[in-house]
Amino acid sequence: MAFVHSLFGRSDYAIIGELVEPGLKVLDLGCGEAELLGWLVENKNVQARGVELSASKVQKAIARGVSAYQGDIEEALSDYPDGAFDMVILSQTLQETRRPMHVLNDMLRVGKRAIVAFPNFGHWRVRVSHLFSGRAPKTDLFPYDWYDSPNLHYLTVDDFEETAKKEGWIIERRIFLAGAKEVTAFPNLTAEVAVYLFRK
Amino acid sequence: MNAATTGTVTTKIAQFGQLRLDSGATLLQVDCAYETYGQLNADKSNAILVLHAFTGDAHAAGISEDGKPGWWDDMIGPGKAFDTNKYFLICTNVLGGCRGTTGPSSIHPETGQPYAMSFPVITIGDMVRLQKMLIDYLGIPKLLAVAGGSMGGMQALEWAAAYPEMVAGAIPIASTWRHSAQQIAFNEVGRQAIMADLDWADGNYYGKSRPARGLSVARMVGHITYMSDHSMRSKFGRRLREKDAVGFHFGVDFEVESYLRYRGGQFVDRFDANSYLYITKAMDYFDVTQGRGASLATVFENTDTRFLVMSFTSDWLYPTYQSLELVKALRSRNRDVAFVELTSNYGHDAFLVEIDEQCELIKGFLAGTMKGLR
Repeated sequence: MAFVHSLFGRSDYAIIGELVEPGLKVLDLGCGEAELLGWLVENKNVQARGVELSASKVQKAIARGVSAYQGDIEEALSDYPDGAFDMVILSQTLQETRRPMHVLNDMLRVGKRAIVAFPNFGHWRVRVSHLFSGRAPKTDLFPYDWYDSPNLHYLTVDDFEETAKKEGWIIERRIFLAGAKEVTAFPNLTAEVAVYLFRK
Repeated sequence: MNAATTGTVTTKIAQFGQLRLDSGATLLQVDCAYETYGQLNADKSNAILVLHAFTGDAHAAGISEDGKPGWWDDMIGPGKAFDTNKYFLICTNVLGGCRGTTGPSSIHPETGQPYAMSFPVITIGDMVRLQKMLIDYLGIPKLLAVAGGSMGGMQALEWAAAYPEMVAGAIPIASTWRHSAQQIAFNEVGRQAIMADLDWADGNYYGKSRPARGLSVARMVGHITYMSDHSMRSKFGRRLREKDAVGFHFGVDFEVESYLRYRGGQFVDRFDANSYLYITKAMDYFDVTQGRGASLATVFENTDTRFLVMSFTSDWLYPTYQSLELVKALRSRNRDVAFVELTSNYGHDAFLVEIDEQCELIKGFLAGTMKGLR
């Protein structure tokens, strides 16, 4: 187990920060207030674009000097020409999209490579919660009641691996996180968050 | 909000020998009224051209000699959105206007009489061409940004389309890339109101009784389109004007009537009716793709200009979909665009009212654009 530093309190940001090479053209889907993009601009000199649904978050992103725009991820993606970006990032939002396969394929259309980070529904705590409570799992990672969860599509590490294989995506890097630690053994059980760097 | 101002400012006039117009006509001895705020830096990289809306003027910031604050004084000044400690701001009165720049009320150099309706029909492109002459005259090779709301936003887009190499950043606010049928329709009502006034006299009212009633009605219609149902409800509701019951007459009953009459009457004192005709026509003719290509996307296909596009939720005169058309076109060519629809109940007026909302956005965008130049 290796300790991972965090960026704005998020270890997935720290990993993505490491994965993005300097000078790239980067699109962040669901960029929030553009903390990550702002950091990438400062430290990796990337050309940054962000999409975010919330107007108040977009305001903060633009105030940070990042070219962000208010919009729906799927719609924004569909506007871009093929290969517009070196890297398209989707962090902790895949499970909230209405059509995740459509989003993933469009990410690989507009971007040469993609980074996806998502909470792992296969984590042992989720399994235990469901097994013993007999109710919709509620954990630190999935803290919502069934009726107010933003998550539409739950997936696990193994789900993503299988999908990637089926779609013929090439996984360049896979990093599994439990809190601020990187885990390698039995990631489908031990990973809280999975980060994938992949391409077509 | 920041109360600091740029102090007392004076409107200056630059004169140009001739101006070629889109209509094919040429204007001779054209005056361009302008003001500046802040200091141009040594490498001339901090200049921003601020563009006024329909009835604005060159006095955007500071206090004029007769004590009036500029129309965007909340946005321009030390520490404000357009920070005069960092940037050099320029604002002109548009061609066709009546506040120092040549327009229909100006004296024709050959006849010695006001142009009136002999003034050629002008376009947003013509306004921008005159501004370009001024920027050249001031010795500025490239603008850090062009920014404006409503018709000012149209000029910003025209700048970005006509002189892309001179525009690092464009900030069109509550604006459009082409006038819609509804926008043309409201302008036409205003023009017809003026021309139906007998005092208009085919535009030859200078030195005589001015078409005050027509111009006032035009302005009343305009004011309705600048507000929203919400802002009118909260500002006036059905409140009566200085009475407890309706009067069963056609004088003023409601507050909203009183307000519109007041604003209409006030406008007559500061605006020329013929300028109203010419400038609204220029707006109606505006379509930034005109003569430039098949689509909006092709116009900005290769631009290096960064865009910050803003619209307001309750603005039904320049609705968000028009801004979004621009944003989508830029995105389809992978151009640099930031966009946000700001929440406001003030209708189209929001761009002059919602200062704090816009301030941080503009500051961040300008800082990012400045950094990109280095």
